[in-house]
Amino acid sequence: MVETADPLGEQGMDRPAWAPDEVDMNRPSVARVYDYYLGGSHNFEADRKFAEQILGVLPEMASVAQANRAFLRRAVRYLCAQGITQFLDLGSGIPTAGNVHEIAAAEIPDARVLYVDNDPIAVVHSRALLEGDERTEVLAADLTEPSRVLDHPLTRSHLDFSRPIAVLMVSVLHFVPDEARPAEFVRTYLETMVPGSHLVISHATAEGGHAGADEAQSIYNRDRSPNAMRMRSTEEVRELFGGLQLLEPGVVRIPLWRPESPVGPEVQRYPGLAGVARR
Amino acid sequence: MGNAVPAGAGEVRPDPGVERLTDAWVAAIHARGFVSAGRAELRGILAGAAYWFTAVVDGRAEIETAREIGTELIAAHLTDTAALRCSLDVLACHFADRITDPVRLRRFTTAVGALSAGYARTLQQRTRTEQERISAAAFAARGAAEDARWRSEARYGAVFEHAVLGISVSDASGQVLEANRALADMLGYPPEEIVGRSIFEFIHPEDTPEMWPKIQAMLDGRVGHVRMEKAYLGKDGRQVWTELVVSLIRDREGAPRYLVAMVADVTERHLLQARLQHQAEHDPLTGLPNRALFFSRLTAALAALDPDGATVGVCYLDLDGFKAVNDTLGHDAGDQLLSAVAHRMQAELGSLGHTVARMGGDEFVVLIENCAGPDELTALAQQALETVRRPVSLRGREIVVSASIGVVSWPVPAYDDATPRDDGAAALMQAADTTMYWAKRDGRDRIAVFDPQRHRHDVHLFELAGRMPGALERGEFDLEYQPLVSFADGRVAGVEALARWRAPDGEKLGPDLFIPLAEQTGLIIPLGLYLLRRACSEARGWADADPSREFVLSVNVAGRQLRQDDAVARIVEILTETGWPAQALQLELTESDLMSAGGQPIAALEELSRLGVRIAIDDFGTGYSNLAYLHRLPVDVLKLAGSFVSADGPLPPSPDRRSARDLDSPVVLSAMIELAHSLGLAVVAESVETAEQAARLRSLGCDIGQGWYLSAPLHPAEVPAVLDRRHPV
Repeated sequence: MVETADPLGEQGMDRPAWAPDEVDMNRPSVARVYDYYLGGSHNFEADRKFAEQILGVLPEMASVAQANRAFLRRAVRYLCAQGITQFLDLGSGIPTAGNVHEIAAAEIPDARVLYVDNDPIAVVHSRALLEGDERTEVLAADLTEPSRVLDHPLTRSHLDFSRPIAVLMVSVLHFVPDEARPAEFVRTYLETMVPGSHLVISHATAEGGHAGADEAQSIYNRDRSPNAMRMRSTEEVRELFGGLQLLEPGVVRIPLWRPESPVGPEVQRYPGLAGVARR
Repeated sequence: MGNAVPAGAGEVRPDPGVERLTDAWVAAIHARGFVSAGRAELRGILAGAAYWFTAVVDGRAEIETAREIGTELIAAHLTDTAALRCSLDVLACHFADRITDPVRLRRFTTAVGALSAGYARTLQQRTRTEQERISAAAFAARGAAEDARWRSEARYGAVFEHAVLGISVSDASGQVLEANRALADMLGYPPEEIVGRSIFEFIHPEDTPEMWPKIQAMLDGRVGHVRMEKAYLGKDGRQVWTELVVSLIRDREGAPRYLVAMVADVTERHLLQARLQHQAEHDPLTGLPNRALFFSRLTAALAALDPDGATVGVCYLDLDGFKAVNDTLGHDAGDQLLSAVAHRMQAELGSLGHTVARMGGDEFVVLIENCAGPDELTALAQQALETVRRPVSLRGREIVVSASIGVVSWPVPAYDDATPRDDGAAALMQAADTTMYWAKRDGRDRIAVFDPQRHRHDVHLFELAGRMPGALERGEFDLEYQPLVSFADGRVAGVEALARWRAPDGEKLGPDLFIPLAEQTGLIIPLGLYLLRRACSEARGWADADPSREFVLSVNVAGRQLRQDDAVARIVEILTETGWPAQALQLELTESDLMSAGGQPIAALEELSRLGVRIAIDDFGTGYSNLAYLHRLPVDVLKLAGSFVSADGPLPPSPDRRSARDLDSPVVLSAMIELAHSLGLAVVAESVETAEQAARLRSLGCDIGQGWYLSAPLHPAEVPAVLDRRHPV
């Protein structure tokens, strides 16, 4: 059993604004549904039912998730090679194979990672998994409220803001509606960081006329969805980077971002975009 | 991969078969996108698997090794069973051409089975582990959320139970789910008697109806907060005034779920306000509604007036002689009297549902909101009058007072039409006030009913009174003179100066209209002196023009003029200035003007008489005609009123029917003249209008005649000619 003295790390203070009234295992969660795509079993009936709906219209979702995971691996390795040793993973979800701390640790022994998620189960699970790992911490917070993340004592003690930090928003911003002004809070995060810091984004898209992606988006926008979905175009994703300097090859289909092996032409319709930028 | 991984390239020779198997395996898995690992990493894993599987088929390794390969595939996250099928396809393809030996074939088959079993078992274990972990995490998270909620509820509970404010939580239908101690104390119920009941049961019947839309709006979810002041019924029936804030709590879908009410007891404040309101609307001495409350009720009654229905009636009551009570018995006694009258009126008329109010001083009003008509109103006024007349015991004395009551039934046809509807109350009260003064003027202790015609006349007089001072300044007053003709020789023995007011619009007003007004306003003092100076000055002019002219100048004077301290001095001053001799001046006063307030003759009369001024009693016979006092007064002339002069016919036969009218007879006239002469008074007959009258008067021995038959009043310019001729009588 897991230590649960203060699983959400709230130390008896007021509950954060995002905190749900109750932990409801009968509602699907973005993190657990994603785990299911990746072949994990960190999920419940409601998650699997929802995921199967998506797989019904977008059967390649499993491999899309794997490819997204592969992009994360490539991006983290690249950043480590650039000398980045600190990672702020916003919307980290359920830690499964090939997580940021594992990838980074394989490259740099003293890499520090802060996982942030608003799913209480994901947070508790991550804490349990990372028990005893001094270099990795988990914060329960909502990425759309940068001040709650950036000003949290855990963030300030775990990350060194005088040195570059990589901010990862992998497969998460499509769950943020325009009303939440994603470009603005993305900028807030990066403005807090010193030059040399990086921003990594991967994002769902229906650009290029992918019928399955369209349908998947509409399923996410129905009742009993873990979260509404707002897919964005290449241009829109580029805007999320604001004025940052996009690294080659810019915002591209996920498999095309610095691939390790040749990729086929079919990836031009791949329902996800990715990019990395430097401050 | 423990012992499954070849220790190193140096220990194991590269096997071309294993290399090919690895290549095919990596290609198949990679193409299907089963893992996120890069191709090189995947190769690292699958190279070992290919080596050891080959070794098992070749009989170089235990069959158990194949089972471990299955476990390794799961460890490499190849958890999709399609990846297993894909792997088995690759293995089957690879070994199909390479197995001819049945022993190897059996080993291959067994190895495939072992790999599959190992894969399945590990996948099952892993699935179970992950499920356990995620469930544990879920329960921990749920526990944490519940813990947080518990802390929040514990805080809320503390606030709820120990708050000074009353707090209740009810469901969206209004049924109370929770109520705290403060609320229970406030309403006088134990909390458990409040819970389960509907909040609407506690609402006081006097609650304002505009509250309901607000509550309904909240129950519909249209409004989130409502603040109001309202009354509740306490258990003991006591009215509890509260200031209330009700907040709507919605569920996650936004539908109304709970109503949280926070209630502050403001009963004390409310009672204080009510008391202040009562004080503001009631007279402290009598406890009756005051002017403000009366006007607000009157205004409301007028607003509710049905054009074809009942009227609104007002009795305006002023005690007669109240000032005398105050002055003689003291203010305390006056207050007691007011109090007694107020209580009686309230008991007699207030109990009928009418508003009895004190307007101030000794003035009261009765408002009859639904008045059947003038008769009912007059009857009520009569009742009020009788109520006031009943003796009041003050300091051991029985005091009897009366009242003058003005009665108005509103609307008044053909009067109020011109009144704007909003000014109805003011117009009505002005009419009532006026009418009350009529009752006073008509002799007090009576009721006067509003008469629009009389009111219009009053208003006209009032306007005239207002214009008079300016008219005096502008010289709009002047004089005409009516000859006083001697019956003995027909000579004009004198002239009476008659005041005229020539308004700029051409209207000529006589003294009967404006002199009483001037007496009321006090303008009579300067006006009287002005007219006297003018008359003396004109008379002086006529005498100077012909010194042989001998005549008396008769001028009317009001008692009020002579009661001035400097009256004699001012008259002497005018005589001196104009040079008119005192002996040739006659001052005319009415009977009532001769006497002072104390019933004594005015002191000035004696003085003027000593100076040689002649005093005439004007209009003798219209007042009390008290002959008894005549010999005590310095009177020289008796001017008989016209009614004596116009009288004709014989003496009435019955001596017991002696009324005022009986004075108007030739016999009385004859007796009057005789009596005057016996007292040494000259007699002037007024209003001589016919030759017969003149003849009779002369035959009765009357000294002087005045009237239209003898001469109309003349313009000053016409006077000299008249003075010089003998009038044919």
